[in-house]
Amino acid sequence: MSEVVKNEDKLVIGGKEFSSRFILGSGKYSLDLIKAAVEHAGAQMITLALRRANQGGMANILDYIPEGVTLLPNTSGARNAEEAVRIARLSREVGCGEFVKIEIMRDSKYLLPDNEETIKATEILAKEGFIVMPYMYPDLNVARDLKEAGAASIMPLAAPIGSNKGLCTKEFIQILIDEIDLPIIVDAGIGAPSQACEAMEMGAAAVMANTAIATAGDVPVMAEAMRLAIEAGRKAYLAGLGRVMEKGGSASSPLTGFLRD
Amino acid sequence: MEIVVNGETTECEEIITLEALVGKLGYQKNRIAAEVNGEIVTKSEYENFILKPADKLEIVSFVGGG
Repeated sequence: MSEVVKNEDKLVIGGKEFSSRFILGSGKYSLDLIKAAVEHAGAQMITLALRRANQGGMANILDYIPEGVTLLPNTSGARNAEEAVRIARLSREVGCGEFVKIEIMRDSKYLLPDNEETIKATEILAKEGFIVMPYMYPDLNVARDLKEAGAASIMPLAAPIGSNKGLCTKEFIQILIDEIDLPIIVDAGIGAPSQACEAMEMGAAAVMANTAIATAGDVPVMAEAMRLAIEAGRKAYLAGLGRVMEKGGSASSPLTGFLRD
Repeated sequence: MEIVVNGETTECEEIITLEALVGKLGYQKNRIAAEVNGEIVTKSEYENFILKPADKLEIVSFVGGG
């Protein structure tokens, strides 16, 4: 086994190294399950959302996240760059680091990101020292602009958020993987381990998933299944997939027989 | 005096710091961020930040999200 496959294969975002390529979302399941989900996922990065705080010492999600896990606050709820910037600044003020996932949506039916506003927010926040991970609709020109604006990774959607529909935008994500010299992290829409594995085989740097796990019958077990699929897909990518033949077959066993000689 | 905390009108002492208000309302300081009239107040400023009547506070914290 090559050194790369054995132990040198790290994901680097904003100068920080991760050995896990599974970014876990924390929405839609109970606080009690978060620790188990993180552990089964082997996740080293978890997303969070910012909302008005409850008064009177209610349970806080930060008390349930194992130590050493990098927090990735998102800007969900933002409808434009200005709102996203405000949420990002407040998130940083909570005191959980410089990472931010920009998420700007104008539409609540399909939850598609507003690429133009996302570029604006990326530029502002990158200048303020944030490690910016923008969620976007996979478009090569936009990805180039995001890189130019200072993004630390690009997070194209596979399908609408929460849909579990899988790699609907596969060909366009592949273009980003081939053309953009930043970690391409497939975010949104991944609904099954097989889809996560396929994204990794394509050369995605990581996969982010939330609903696939939160809506599974057993949250920790699905978190583990997703981890194994991501690891398998990554290994397959590093190994280099075998070729696909245009036509016909190619024998795997020697054809020289002894039966009819 | 009256101030507005997360959209709710809230009665408090005439002279109160942000630090005291946050404690009084039961927020954990290390789990929140605060804006007063749209401007972030950093945690080191809470102790000396005196609130005024009709100030609008946003106090936020993290919840689960994807």
